Amino acid sequence: MDVISDQNWLLSLGTFLPLAGVLVMLLIPKREELLHKQVALVTALGTLGVGIYTLTQFDYDKAEQLQFYANTEWISVIKSGYTIGLDGISLPLYFLSMVITVLVMIYSWDHIPSPGNPKAFLILMLVLQTGMAGTFIAQDLILFFVFFEVVLLPMYFMIGVWGGEQRQYASLKFFLYTMFGSALMLVAFLALFYQTDSVSFSIPYLIEQGINIDEDVAVWIFAGMFIGFAVKVPMFPFHTWLPDAHTQAPTQGSVILAAILLKLGTYGFVRIAIPILPQAAVKWAPVIGVLAVIGIIYGALGCLAQKDMKRLIAFSSVAHMGFVMLGISTLTATGINAAMFGMVAHGLITGMLFFCAGSIKERYHTLEISRLSGLLIQMPKLGWILGFCAMASLGLPGLAGFWGEFPAILSAYNPAPALSEPLFRVLMVIAALGTVLAAAYLLWLYQRTAFGEPNPEFTGHGHAHAVGAAGNDEHHDDIHDVNVFEWIAWTPLLIAIVVFGVYPQLMFKVMDPAVTQLVEVFNK
Amino acid sequence: MIASLLAAAGDFVAPVADYHALAPEIVLAAGICLVLLVDLFVEERQRWITSTLAGFVLLGAFIPVVTLAVIGGDVRNGLGGDVLDGRYVIDEYALILKALFLIAGYVVVLMSSDEIESGRYHQGEYYVLLLTSVLGMVMMASSRDLISIFVALEFLSIPAYMLAAWNKRNSKGNEAGMKYYLLGVFASAIMLYGMSLLYGVTGTTLLSEIGPAITANGQFSGIEALAVVFIVVGFAFKVSAVPFHQWAPDVYEGAPTPITAFLSVASKAAGFVALTTLVFLAFPLASDVYQPFIWVLSAASMTVGNLLALRQTNIVRMLAYSSISQGGFILMPLTVAGEAGVGESALKAVVVYLVVYAATNLGAFAVVIAVAKKTRSGDISSFGGLFSYAPALGVLMTVFLASLAGIPPLGGWFAKFGAFKAVLDAGTNWGYSIAIIAALNTVIAAAYYITVMREIWMKPVPDGDVTPIRTPSSIQAALVITCGATIVLGVLPDLVGRFGDLSDLTGALGR
Repeated sequence: MDVISDQNWLLSLGTFLPLAGVLVMLLIPKREELLHKQVALVTALGTLGVGIYTLTQFDYDKAEQLQFYANTEWISVIKSGYTIGLDGISLPLYFLSMVITVLVMIYSWDHIPSPGNPKAFLILMLVLQTGMAGTFIAQDLILFFVFFEVVLLPMYFMIGVWGGEQRQYASLKFFLYTMFGSALMLVAFLALFYQTDSVSFSIPYLIEQGINIDEDVAVWIFAGMFIGFAVKVPMFPFHTWLPDAHTQAPTQGSVILAAILLKLGTYGFVRIAIPILPQAAVKWAPVIGVLAVIGIIYGALGCLAQKDMKRLIAFSSVAHMGFVMLGISTLTATGINAAMFGMVAHGLITGMLFFCAGSIKERYHTLEISRLSGLLIQMPKLGWILGFCAMASLGLPGLAGFWGEFPAILSAYNPAPALSEPLFRVLMVIAALGTVLAAAYLLWLYQRTAFGEPNPEFTGHGHAHAVGAAGNDEHHDDIHDVNVFEWIAWTPLLIAIVVFGVYPQLMFKVMDPAVTQLVEVFNK
Repeated sequence: MIASLLAAAGDFVAPVADYHALAPEIVLAAGICLVLLVDLFVEERQRWITSTLAGFVLLGAFIPVVTLAVIGGDVRNGLGGDVLDGRYVIDEYALILKALFLIAGYVVVLMSSDEIESGRYHQGEYYVLLLTSVLGMVMMASSRDLISIFVALEFLSIPAYMLAAWNKRNSKGNEAGMKYYLLGVFASAIMLYGMSLLYGVTGTTLLSEIGPAITANGQFSGIEALAVVFIVVGFAFKVSAVPFHQWAPDVYEGAPTPITAFLSVASKAAGFVALTTLVFLAFPLASDVYQPFIWVLSAASMTVGNLLALRQTNIVRMLAYSSISQGGFILMPLTVAGEAGVGESALKAVVVYLVVYAATNLGAFAVVIAVAKKTRSGDISSFGGLFSYAPALGVLMTVFLASLAGIPPLGGWFAKFGAFKAVLDAGTNWGYSIAIIAALNTVIAAAYYITVMREIWMKPVPDGDVTPIRTPSSIQAALVITCGATIVLGVLPDLVGRFGDLSDLTGALGR
């Protein structure tokens, strides 16, 4: 496999720069809250700067090759190297992780969740950023595994310390599920290593060698990776941690979880499981496809049953990731392109929805759908933004969400030659029904929360005791429209949703060469 | 009479000792005398000098270890090996372990100085005993002979019995000392019996000669099997492997906490070192006997240790059971050490695990000591809300616990990974089955480590007392060393991974 090794320090810089910020912040006393926010934001901006420079230096004509490729010895005992590189598949996600971190930092400026302590909160966020970016650049299975795990503890603490009332339960569930998945994943990696003559954990090497593994063995190895990644995605039936984690996490945690962490799983499929073990992928694709479609329908029905706005958005994630997995399971260029696009689009849109939910919660101290109404009257700007995101999320053409869903469904019409056409056509029809359900639950959510008259509970100033039932009642009269930090944090996402909706080619052309190369093996 | 002695000594030629190779031991021995003398001549309120001095002695002994490592193999093998006839060898394997024992000893001194100084007694004797025990360990790392192994073992154990009973006004302290002593002596006796059988069968005490001689008459005799089993049982006591573990939690609870740290890390590591040396040098042909036996010990240790740890409410007892379970993981590579081509990764796995485990567990105990200074309690619930009023200690404890649980990028993950890789390398059913048991245990272990993390981060402070903890500077230093090692070893495991080459250990045997 050809690689381009120019400027191979760039990715390491972009990945580890946040840790430099962490070191600085560790030396600053806890009470200097403003300074912490400044340092964290500057670090995140610096990282984003490196990311932008990476975008400008990326050779888009050779997007199928690993660029900025570096390969040095790391753990020679187990033949694992520090192998990093970026191609068209990882570039959008790598960059997205940087953008999301910056926006979340800006949002955190005046939204540090209870019990405060911005120092720890922001440090965890920077550590998360390193783990996320590292996962997308790793080209060695052990390195990938380490970065994949680095995000575990910061997220656990973010949910467990700054989360809602059920935070301890939710964080433990998140932790144990992920731990279980990654244990199986690691076993699969080791098995892969032994099955390929114990030479290297490097992904490019394994892509060359993996196809020679005996099919029966490969199916089992794939199973291990499947569970590890499926827990993270999360796919039905491994999804039950997600609604709890999302609902209980602080807004920032939910945004990062939705926008980036879930993608670590789908990315794992596209980067590792499928290219290394194509023979097993063909066997597993129907299973993945069926589970993906179950996820679409189940997630949508779950949404219809929710009383809590944040929980509803969480279930919609299950449905959306179902579309992504359906696209992947077709093993076609169209399908995987759609899946990759869907990942980014879901990151932008669902991230935005969680931002909105967080801001609503901050103002009303509740996300109970039945108690919210008339957002458009009380906070017209926030109400319109919520509407915009709901439209994007249900896949309205012209907005980014459309390009993740529609081609994914389309690709199921014509799956890879080795797959059963009738099965995937059935899946296609069911998935298409899923989009109708998506429209139903999102519009239903929007109607009930944004239309109508504001709930009298929140209009006057004399209802403190009524709000008190929902918890903290000190700021009940603090219902104001979108503030300046929210604008700064949200505008880039809103613009991106429109830009990618109108001109999806912007992203497709980056990913397509790499994806085409990836599915070549299935077209024979 | 003197004349006859002199006459008898007439043809005695002093061996050409390589003083450089033996320098760590010499520095330690001289240091022990020095501390004892200083203790005699300084006043009671200046006894803290002995603590400082003990620290310097350990660091002083560390210097020749470094220079020996820098010089490289040729010099060491040429002198140390020949003179002592391969019974006392200074190779890479020995050096990394010597370094481990010296640093661990140093960290224990740092942890002790405040604890032992405040209102306790016999400071000088405490450090003399500690140094003596470390000397025994340092000797253990080089011993390649049944006699020197046994001498080193007693050398390190006897001071440890006394240290365990240091809280002598306290019934738990007495229980700890007595239990440890009786069971330790019992184990020594069994082991010695095994050694005598081995000597009887093979006619030599040199490990490298026992190895090939063990099946000299073509097949494995019952008495050889018995000898191997007895020796392994003896060390199973020392490393507190289930079912020979009952002494450990009581001793750990009753001993002063720094000594608990010392016992659960350094003393235990010394037992593993001896066992590993024996397995690779003396028992390579006895793998049919020791492998299944260690398999049972390993599986039982990790499972029973974990299940009991889950139920503990006292942090020290929890760490005691956790260390039993970790011991099971350290034994794991030895269950396949005799398989063709696996020796290398098994040996590396053991060495790396010992180093990482030492750094991590010492750190955890250092935090326990620091927190107990304020809370005066050993309950896990006394860690409640630690993060809110002592964030540094909270984060450090999190780092150590996460490392023990094996979460990347902290040292523990690589130690566990190495152990898994070794047993999977073997490709035998024994290897696969122990790997599955270990994988399940990794998840169980995460549960109780995370319980403590939840206390630290998410629970309220138990009595609402949020006065910050004043951590003595010596404990701060101990925390910096252990935390630094835990993180660095996790990110750059190659630093220790390059030690413990099999050829190094068995190469010494070849000559």
